[in-house]
Amino acid sequence: MRALRDSPICLEGIEAIDEGRRAAPGREVRRPYDFQEAYEVRAARTRGSWGTGPLGLAVRNFLSFARQMAGNPAAVIGGVVILLYVAVAIFAPWVAPCAPDQVALSERLAPPSWIGEFPLGTDQLGRDILSRIIYGARVSILVGVLTIAISVTVGVGLGVVAGYFRGSFDRIVSRFTDLLLAFPYLIFVIGAMAVLGPGFWNLIWALSFKGWVEFYRLARAEVMSEKTREYVEAARALGRSHAAIICSEILPNVVHSILVLGTLRMGNMIVLESSLSFLGLGIPPRIPAWGSMVNDGRRYMLTAWWVATLPGLALVGLVLAINLVGEALRDVLDPRLKEG
Amino acid sequence: MRRTHVQILERVLATIPIALGVAIAVFIFMRLMPGDPVDIMIGEAGGVTQEDIHALKTELGLDQSLPVQLGRYLAGLVRGDLGYSIPSSRPVAVVILEALPATMELALCSLLFALVIAVPIGVVSAVRQRSFIDRTSMAASFLGISMPAFWLGILGIIVFSLHLRWLPTSGRITYGFEPATITGLFTVDALLTGNMPALWDALKHLALPAATLGAGVAAVVARVVRSSMLEVLRADYVLFARAKGVVERAVTIRHALRNALIPTVTVVGLQVGTLLGGNMIVESIFGWPGLGRVVVDAIFSRDYPLVQAAVMVYALTFVVVNLATDVLYTYLNPKMTL
Repeated sequence: MRALRDSPICLEGIEAIDEGRRAAPGREVRRPYDFQEAYEVRAARTRGSWGTGPLGLAVRNFLSFARQMAGNPAAVIGGVVILLYVAVAIFAPWVAPCAPDQVALSERLAPPSWIGEFPLGTDQLGRDILSRIIYGARVSILVGVLTIAISVTVGVGLGVVAGYFRGSFDRIVSRFTDLLLAFPYLIFVIGAMAVLGPGFWNLIWALSFKGWVEFYRLARAEVMSEKTREYVEAARALGRSHAAIICSEILPNVVHSILVLGTLRMGNMIVLESSLSFLGLGIPPRIPAWGSMVNDGRRYMLTAWWVATLPGLALVGLVLAINLVGEALRDVLDPRLKEG
Repeated sequence: MRRTHVQILERVLATIPIALGVAIAVFIFMRLMPGDPVDIMIGEAGGVTQEDIHALKTELGLDQSLPVQLGRYLAGLVRGDLGYSIPSSRPVAVVILEALPATMELALCSLLFALVIAVPIGVVSAVRQRSFIDRTSMAASFLGISMPAFWLGILGIIVFSLHLRWLPTSGRITYGFEPATITGLFTVDALLTGNMPALWDALKHLALPAATLGAGVAAVVARVVRSSMLEVLRADYVLFARAKGVVERAVTIRHALRNALIPTVTVVGLQVGTLLGGNMIVESIFGWPGLGRVVVDAIFSRDYPLVQAAVMVYALTFVVVNLATDVLYTYLNPKMTL
């Protein structure tokens, strides 16, 4: 009984059977067990010490979620790395050894050395690469967070309304998203940046202008399937308003998949931003950004490999960490999203 | 079968409004550009009178109302008239057609590279689930998904071109090696004319860009092949084949892989978007004379007609490839309807 209580596989199998669907591939119940026993486990979990009210339920759900995430080493490593990047970005002025734009022409293209003044070397203007990487984290993290925040707000807002009320609003917005989907992402953003010109906010708007589409489609599909469930009908029979049903009944049930998609897409946004900065179309040159730093280093690849490679390494580290957390979230919260 | 044909036709027809929408969106985009083309063309030349500007605007049709301009623009598109590049005054269609073979060659080679690497990796990882090979290749493909193409390309140049000196840093072929033009794809032309030195040279130039562009696609495809193989290997017909005494290798390839490739087709189709977008980056890193580099250069020289036309070519290619993927899917999986 004890072992079963801590086994996520068991509970998921039950939920899958409850909902009349097969468990996601690789997540089926792997060991033989007694259904009655498993139902008792679930009942025991729902009782617990936090009471049966909505707050107790929320706390219990969160604790079980936190336990599962903490039991996933990849998620823990990813989370720690992300926290490290965020902390370094916030405290950049205190962490960085130099100002990111401090030019020292006598020290140009100095190689990395642990004992010297520039641990990661300097670029073609003698600027400290470590300091520029540290300040560059600010741009990448801000772009990732802001574009996802805007995309989620717009996409989920429109998607919930379209999926719940359907009708001509749904038709119009869905046609518009079909149109946006006809453009590959990078090409769309490159075209948009050609119109808007380089700039931090221009980049945010260009990325978000297409970014919301995926969240719209996810939220719309989720709401359409949730709307047919009994709990929604029950709420409607109780005479609750549409707004109340959407906010307090449906949204809490779709927030999981949105969180998963948002995390997985944040890494993509950061890669897109640095790709554009690399092409000289993203962040203006005076702000240190990893993509433009790699681009700066292209002319010195033979003599000074560190200028082009090290900022990219910082980028890969952050994106890898975000994707690790994103995949762990998906496995815990929404195994259906798994590829294939 | 007849129903399938009707469905395919419907799907093809449904693409037309999307294509029209893309064209109109690009037209609106063009009007949103800061400054109209005449201002940009005249910007550098001094001593231009109002009459000149007016004459030029009449010549370009910019004095007409917007709906008329839109009508003319769409009519031009149908005839393949995409306007003129601003700095060079050459027809945009010609500039694009010149650059297209290089881009197609790069994209096709990247796709080939990705499939040749990813499908075997996915199959082996699924057959030997949780083995060392499985874990290593899945870790590698996870890395591949998180790795931006521009950085991978730079690493490739530093290691293979600058330090090992195995491969050229940029370009499509060494000057003087070009094979006679038949298709415009250097490797194919060299093969057709039996020009082995040209083939070898073209392949050496292709290796790094194609690997850079294909790596990300390979990473995604390997994961999909693995997960759909895992699912298929548990299916009843695989169990039945084994029970019949079919050799395991034949079970894996003939029974499992063939079915596992069905979902892979969709994913590969979607990855074409990545290939199209990524080739702008990869072409610009490797000095590959294709459409991607033309677009990036055109953005910097504010050559808007060229940018718009190229963006439209990309978008329409993407739409057509997605359509082709869906159609192919119905042939591979007769149970599936569009």
